Amino acid sequence: MTTPAEKDIVIKVENLTKRFGDFTAVNQISFEVNKGEIFGFLGANGAGKTTAMKMLIGILNPTSGKANVAGFDIYNQPEQIKRNIGYMSQKFSLYEDLTIAENINFFGGIYGLNDDEIKFKSEELLTKLNFHAIKNNLVSSLPLGWKQKLAFSLAIFHSPKIVFLDEPTSGVDPITRRQFWDLIYEASHNGITVFVTTHYMDEAEYCNRISIMVDGEIKALDSPKELKNNFQIDSIDDIFYLLARKAKRIE
Amino acid sequence: MNAIEIINISKTYKSKTKTITALNNISLEIKEGELFGLIGPDGAGKSSLFRILATVLLPDVGSAKILNYDVIKNFKNIRKLIGYMPGRFSLYQDLSVEENLKFFATIFETTIEENYDLISDIYKQIEPFKNRRAGKLSGGMKQKLALSCALIHKPKILLLDEPTTGVDPVSRKEFWEILKKLKSQGITILVSTPYMDEANLCDRIALIQNGKILDVDLPENIVNKFDKDIFSVASDNMFLLLNDLRNYSHTLSCFAFGDSHHLVIERNKADENLLIQYLSRHKNLSVKKIEPTIEDCFMQMLQSEN
Ligand SMILES: Nc1ncnc2c1ncn2[C@@H]1O[C@H](COP(=O)(O)OP(=O)(O)OP(=O)(O)O)[C@@H](O)[C@H]1O
Ligand SMILES: [Mg+2]
Repeated sequence: MTTPAEKDIVIKVENLTKRFGDFTAVNQISFEVNKGEIFGFLGANGAGKTTAMKMLIGILNPTSGKANVAGFDIYNQPEQIKRNIGYMSQKFSLYEDLTIAENINFFGGIYGLNDDEIKFKSEELLTKLNFHAIKNNLVSSLPLGWKQKLAFSLAIFHSPKIVFLDEPTSGVDPITRRQFWDLIYEASHNGITVFVTTHYMDEAEYCNRISIMVDGEIKALDSPKELKNNFQIDSIDDIFYLLARKAKRIE
Repeated sequence: MNAIEIINISKTYKSKTKTITALNNISLEIKEGELFGLIGPDGAGKSSLFRILATVLLPDVGSAKILNYDVIKNFKNIRKLIGYMPGRFSLYQDLSVEENLKFFATIFETTIEENYDLISDIYKQIEPFKNRRAGKLSGGMKQKLALSCALIHKPKILLLDEPTTGVDPVSRKEFWEILKKLKSQGITILVSTPYMDEANLCDRIALIQNGKILDVDLPENIVNKFDKDIFSVASDNMFLLLNDLRNYSHTLSCFAFGDSHHLVIERNKADENLLIQYLSRHKNLSVKKIEPTIEDCFMQMLQSEN
């Protein structure tokens, strides 16, 4: 695959497929994501979202197909991809028994920042989150909403081009969930592309474009507005219901 | 009769450096055959309460009874009567889907066949993958298996700690259909959820935060008690609109709700016309006074608590 011609395409996927034995988890999906976009990657349980995401961030080998992420090929340049993206899973990937400051240092180190950069950026982050007074507290002692903010801030600590978020708001209370979307908007405003999965259909409305995956395939892809126009249905919830109810995957 | 009685229960967790109060003098009565919802944010204390009722955690103070059995003295009787689905996965990751289910059936001296009817609606969805190891299921599929396991011995009382977290919207609807069916068979269900739309599907709900119960009532009464005005507002520029609404002089709170924003203000401080005037720079503006949802009520309560 050649690098995407248009500069503003940051994820380009062509016929990407993953099989586990005889089972096809992701079946020839193709799509593009633009720079700065908030892209909602929706789908029923087991549709293949997490599997697709793992291939895009270079931690799972595809069976076939192509993908270019942040300008790098997923087969040949997984290391470069990892340096140019951030990732946050539902479990937040923070070290609970380290303090806030220690977590920041640790992640700065993994992302290959030097000591001066880490020092500068962690000051900046502590100020932004208003965490100076509590920087020596253990992460395990923080309320969920604060942990989530810290985890997200660390996922974008190294100023990645793209951040991948796998169900970042599952199980979170309604206010914390919305505050998290404020962070997503801010990141997107700063030019970071956001690739996010969610089972909350109101959150689909906050995305520039969404795709709906069923049984390993992308069945719909457009802006929430256009989807509603095309399906002549006025809620994403009902469109999702229409598409996902047809899922009939067997082994 | 009450299926579950919780009397003045408190529970604190102590570590070297500090003490966390998970439950602060909680009392609650749940009737036989009731579908009762515990609604509250993560860390509110819901899981501690479930663990105490499931007899796997002791309260510091207070007592609880399930079908008149005491959770401390009669824990053996209780364990046979309840089906418990913990918030964190309770599955054996190395066993297959079917082996997990068989395992739970066996410890309760029953078989999958005997109670297949009870679980078939939910189990059918993962049955095609019955030979797959549980560790390789997607997040939502694991939830479905865990629920099947909690149900397999036809318990009289079901304790479900966030059973639908991570479950897709279609399956969530089906899931609640199943709960309704179980209820109609006389099973008492205590369920916690972070999805506010599910609160409406319960007979009664308790709103819980910081280890305390803020309110217990029918969902419709919770909504009726809401004493503010609430408007649904949308325009071409939702981002700018949110800022404008938050800066409005009478605003108590404003949050995004899917394709519109919900603006909460004190009763009779503004009306649609005043808001339209204030928002005159917006194109394709729509302002509608609406009835609150449970989510609105809960968010308002969380805010006034903090
Ligand atoms: N290592 C594996 N071996 C076998 N099957 C797997 C493996 N990993 C995933 N699968 C299967 O691939 C399918 C897709 O799983 P995936 O986790 O991508 O779904 P998902 O869309 O993220 O679902 P959810 O919304 O429940 O998180 C599922 O049927 C899952 O069991
Ligand atoms: Mg997933």
